[in-house]
Amino acid sequence: MRVRFHQSLGDLKEKLLVMAGLAEQSIERAVEAFRTRDLSLCAQIDASEAEINRYEREIDQMALDLLAMEQPMAIDLRFILSVIKINSDVERVGDSAVNIIERVRELQAFAPVDMPVDIPRMASLATDMVRRAIQAFIEGDAEAAQKVLALDDAVDKLNRSAYFSLLNVMREQPHQTLQALNTLVIARSLERVADHATNIAEDVVFWIRGADVRHYVAPAVVDGTGAERV
Amino acid sequence: MGVGIEVTELDAWYGTHQTLFKINLNVPANQATALIGPSGCGKSTFVRCLNRMHETAAAGRVAGTVRIGNLDIYRDAAPVEIRRRVGMVFQRPNPFPTMSIYDNVASGLKLNGFRNRRMLDEIVEKSLRHAALWDEVKDDLRKKSGASLSGGQQQRLCIARALAVDPEVLLMDEPASALDPVSTAKIEDLIFELKSQYTIVIVTHNMQQAARVAERTGFFLSGKLVEIDATHKIFTNPGDKRTEDYITGRFG
Repeated sequence: MRVRFHQSLGDLKEKLLVMAGLAEQSIERAVEAFRTRDLSLCAQIDASEAEINRYEREIDQMALDLLAMEQPMAIDLRFILSVIKINSDVERVGDSAVNIIERVRELQAFAPVDMPVDIPRMASLATDMVRRAIQAFIEGDAEAAQKVLALDDAVDKLNRSAYFSLLNVMREQPHQTLQALNTLVIARSLERVADHATNIAEDVVFWIRGADVRHYVAPAVVDGTGAERV
Repeated sequence: MGVGIEVTELDAWYGTHQTLFKINLNVPANQATALIGPSGCGKSTFVRCLNRMHETAAAGRVAGTVRIGNLDIYRDAAPVEIRRRVGMVFQRPNPFPTMSIYDNVASGLKLNGFRNRRMLDEIVEKSLRHAALWDEVKDDLRKKSGASLSGGQQQRLCIARALAVDPEVLLMDEPASALDPVSTAKIEDLIFELKSQYTIVIVTHNMQQAARVAERTGFFLSGKLVEIDATHKIFTNPGDKRTEDYITGRFG
């Protein structure tokens, strides 16, 4: 039994979970700052960002050490590779929170206006995806991870709709262009958060099943007419 | 050129103690196949069944079929002939200590009555070249004894000795476990080179070594072959939980 090695894998997982918790909290705080225009939340996000970056470096170093010193195999090897990739995605979730508060700070210069996009809803869907993906990682549950993948479409759809609605605002109310542009960047950041959650979920599936489900293309199916469809 | 090996329903015993149970496995020609598993799992016994060496052990007994190329080795040929076609390299290098380097390599041929001096010279050189040892020993072939070489060189000398009789299959039982990392790397490079001409079966405890040199890897446990598959599959995503537990150190 490689007791020490498996304890180290546990430590690696724990560290990543703490980091993911910080990133998830940052997104929630960023959206709250957008909603309430409370800039004190921005300072908290800046502080978390520094901590998330420190965790990212520590986790990569731990993973590198384990690869070099322990020569992991099979599910352990897949776990470490997944951790390295999830680490990067979680760090980018933290970056997205920072991108959002940069826009929130810019929006402070303008009087609050209602924009035709439901940012809290997008945020709720995206953070829910992150939470579920991380939960699947905690439990090593490939089935739960697979379910996260299906959720991305809803966020993509909201983002597309935000794009067209905000474009309309820019055309029809040009004096609100900057507010619309900043809101668009926030919507785009939340869409990216959902993409990172999708990546995390894919990495969980890879860790548990050894299957690469990225950029999935359905196999061609021959229908009744003999024609192939994908 | 190497030939394929086909093992069907192979059982082996030491007296009444059965050590292999119904092994079915194919080894493709001109590939390296690694066998891994915990101590006492039967992997060494298995390779010793491939050149009829298991029978030489006290009360060693075998049932089942082993075909090497077209030859059913337990029915169609004598053990001596089999061992010419199936060379073996052991864990500890075992050159004949009193013989020169030249005589070590030529010993198998001389034992079979081969006396043509010019051809012997050619075969010794060719074998030492194949074993990647020629450049290091060519000036001392008759002056130095096999035992005067370093451990890694001795192991390559043993490989040259095995190659001299022109085998089709090379069995290697932990060939690098007694060697330092530099010598180990040379042996691994050598295995890579030799695959083009021989079929190689290598028993190893070093899983990284199996991953580096073998196209296919089989996992033995308690005298049974649990699974055999492409090496990359075994080490990244094995099909059997027991294999995964073993290679990830969750065993026992």
